[in-house]
Amino acid sequence: MNRLWLYLPLAVFFLLLGFAAYQLSQPKDEFVRSAMIGQPLPNFTLPAAMPGGQGVSASDFADGQPRLLNFWASWCLPCVAEAPHLDTLRDEGATIIGIAIRDRPEDIARFIGQHGNPYAAIASDDISAVQLALGSSGLPETFVIDGRGVVRYQHIGDVRAEHVPVLLAELRKAAR
Amino acid sequence: MTRTLSLAAAALAACLIAWTAVPAAAQDALPPAPYAYRELDDSRQEAAARALMHDLRCVTCQGQSIADSDAPMAGDMRHFVRTRIAAGQNAEEVRGWLEQRYGDYISYRPSFGRATWPLFVLPVLLGLIALVIILRRVGGTRSAVQ
Repeated sequence: MNRLWLYLPLAVFFLLLGFAAYQLSQPKDEFVRSAMIGQPLPNFTLPAAMPGGQGVSASDFADGQPRLLNFWASWCLPCVAEAPHLDTLRDEGATIIGIAIRDRPEDIARFIGQHGNPYAAIASDDISAVQLALGSSGLPETFVIDGRGVVRYQHIGDVRAEHVPVLLAELRKAAR
Repeated sequence: MTRTLSLAAAALAACLIAWTAVPAAAQDALPPAPYAYRELDDSRQEAAARALMHDLRCVTCQGQSIADSDAPMAGDMRHFVRTRIAAGQNAEEVRGWLEQRYGDYISYRPSFGRATWPLFVLPVLLGLIALVIILRRVGGTRSAVQ
């Protein structure tokens, strides 16, 4: 009986080893998720991304209509892959506000010329200030904002075909 | 032999080119944010900002702190930290602001919470157990000698 106690540390060691091995084999969530879900949009005002366009401010979102807030950039490669699916979302009735990160007006114009413009307005954020304020972890990224200006859902990474119905459902949920 | 070597060298060169070309294609055209690489004039504030930057996780390159990363977003975060410190906020206020938005994960400094308390309590507990065992052993040998 006493002898068996001697093996206890070894057993604990193997238990920990097994736990570590199990965790290593599990897929890891690579994303830093925003802690702002359920919180009101932080206050911001951004200038229009292109001459003649309109800027975007946080108060624009509190008019009763839910919207998508899409962070993107002309230099971001996954944003090219995402573009047709944003067009689909717009065709399905979603209002999409774009915030172009660290971008130049001429590059934005070229991108839109090539890949279409799904946006109701595009503002530019040269120092990722609004991205940081929203807890966004990269490009592209899409938030669902409800009609009271509250952040309701975060989609990290490019929007693919399978995400379109999810985002539309989240918009409907936000409209309730 | 030499053919295999030159093939390997060519493959290595191709890998290097591919490796360096991809990030270059995904870079923005804007210059970095004003305080991404520029130090604050006040050396005490700069030291405080720098200490905090080593403590904050880069969200696009999670293995690195924002002080160590050249990612554009890490530059923007350094700019953010420096301007907040220059505006008179202390490091804990800036850290708190970011934790409110990104959660505890943004900070490398472990916080005492519901998920992390064993990390702080267990070492103390194990130390106490070890102390008790040692004291009993030492006490045991003494009484055996006497």
